[in-house]
Amino acid sequence: MFNYAVKRLAFGLVVVFAVTVVLFGVMQLMPGDPIRLITDPSRVPEWRIQELRREYGLDKPAYVQYLLWMGKLLRGDLGQSIFTGQKVSILIAARLPYTLLLAFTSLLLHYAIAVPLGLFAAIRANSRIDRAIVFVTTALRAVPGFWLGILLMLLFAINLRWFPISGYSGPMSMVLPVATLTLPMLGGTVRLTRSEVLETLREPFVLTAYAKGLPERRVILRHVLRNALIPVTVMFFLSLPWIVGGSVIIENVFAWPGMGRLLWNSITNQDLPVVQGIIVIIAMLTVVSNTIGDIISAMLDPRIRIEMEEVAG
Amino acid sequence: MKRQFSPRLLLRNGQLMAGLIIFMTVLVVAIGADYLAPKAFDEMDIPNKLQPPGESGVMGTDQYGRDLLSRVIYGSRIALRVGLIVVVIESVLGVTLGLVAGYYGGWADRLISFLTDMTWALPPIVLALAIVTALGPSLNNVVIAIALVSWAGYARLIRSKTQSLKNMPFVEAARALGESDTAIMFRYILPNTFSLIIVLATLSLPTAILSTTSLSFLGLGSQPPAPDWGVILNEGISLIFNAPWISIFPGLAIVFTALGFNLLGEGLRDILDPRMKV
Repeated sequence: MFNYAVKRLAFGLVVVFAVTVVLFGVMQLMPGDPIRLITDPSRVPEWRIQELRREYGLDKPAYVQYLLWMGKLLRGDLGQSIFTGQKVSILIAARLPYTLLLAFTSLLLHYAIAVPLGLFAAIRANSRIDRAIVFVTTALRAVPGFWLGILLMLLFAINLRWFPISGYSGPMSMVLPVATLTLPMLGGTVRLTRSEVLETLREPFVLTAYAKGLPERRVILRHVLRNALIPVTVMFFLSLPWIVGGSVIIENVFAWPGMGRLLWNSITNQDLPVVQGIIVIIAMLTVVSNTIGDIISAMLDPRIRIEMEEVAG
Repeated sequence: MKRQFSPRLLLRNGQLMAGLIIFMTVLVVAIGADYLAPKAFDEMDIPNKLQPPGESGVMGTDQYGRDLLSRVIYGSRIALRVGLIVVVIESVLGVTLGLVAGYYGGWADRLISFLTDMTWALPPIVLALAIVTALGPSLNNVVIAIALVSWAGYARLIRSKTQSLKNMPFVEAARALGESDTAIMFRYILPNTFSLIIVLATLSLPTAILSTTSLSFLGLGSQPPAPDWGVILNEGISLIFNAPWISIFPGLAIVFTALGFNLLGEGLRDILDPRMKV
């Protein structure tokens, strides 16, 4: 088990490293020169532009720039914002907690709703309630998150004035963004829970549990749910990056002071160091949560462990 | 046992029928936009600006007095075209890579699997944002970005399907007949993955439409005055106090279209292969 975890972690590191190479390569494709973008050619002389390029290391060949950037990255230095001159790490550190707050709250709420619904749908499989649950969650999947956000804002913030429209101002301001992030994703988890429970219900050990004369409640909670929840638990970690990705857009709807809004601002300003910094942080978050997901699934279910060890070689 | 394909099965499958009807509706609207839309999508009428739905139009007008219904109708063309192009690019890429990885195995497989893992190391929307940052904001670049981040799902499924197919007797027979690897992959194995590809493509079309409109909403895709649903919603949110209808109708159009394709895809899956894990 320990070996497997170490292997997964090492693999994760390789992936993060590869992401930085690709990211840097992609950024080199950028047509605009960030220095020229922030300087007014009528007021800043050409020599000063060249000097600024040297200062930010933009005059060096791409691979040298990459090595310099990587060297700094390893020391925890993400560089400086071209636009404001602030340290990228400080900019991100100020925003990251807000994004994580949003992401974790949504994820927890999401599971608190989806798992009972999925379980209920499975127990009453093919009943009218089951079909209604599956239909509603499928329909929600077709709703773009940002539009749901706008609708909720329109209804609950503008018309009913129950919640603040945007920004962060305490727990009340979290309700709408959290609802927006939670609802469209319910479908996947409800279906996963439902199909896992249905599959587990057919297992011989469930029959044994019933045959022993255990009450239905106990069979469902102790035997079925426990086994069915293995893949669901794993999905919890695998879906964290999706929630973070979703929040990039939702934060812009609600002017939430998180990383997504910073990312969008930096993209519009072509503030390369900030964009790179945020993406590296998100890549690390993703790899860490994927790795935790894989390790937990291996811990909970030896069948997965064996299969994965074969794949990982 | 594979179920027999029959028209009756098709009719009995409510999901599929509902999806098909929605899809046909959107298609007709997109093709017939010139006849259906009361006005051109960019025809301004300033005296009539910000009119609520009613006399001046079924969906009202926007800040330039443009007819919202016409804009939403023309928007269906953008959505369908973009969805289709994204799906074609991502499926060609993903299917080819999946075939190669599954058929050859070895280092080709390891390389392609690594690429797959890497694209999954970032939430797709974030990766797409990185690509759009580099290429600059435009609808074409958004299409490229979305396609480049979403081929991995195809690759993985086609890879495992190919692995199970490549040892089948009919492939052995083809090899014995002296067929080349390329011919075996594309003429023998590929046709057997068609049902999988059709389901995957139908189900990823709504995702493609949702992601591209999201990026257009952020101002990184289609640019005004394009009647892209994402662009209209972006204009709508700044007018949300004065003209909430601008924020409502384009979203309904997105939901309608995406729901249609989701139902269609799931219906197709149930008919073609109910055990398919997509």
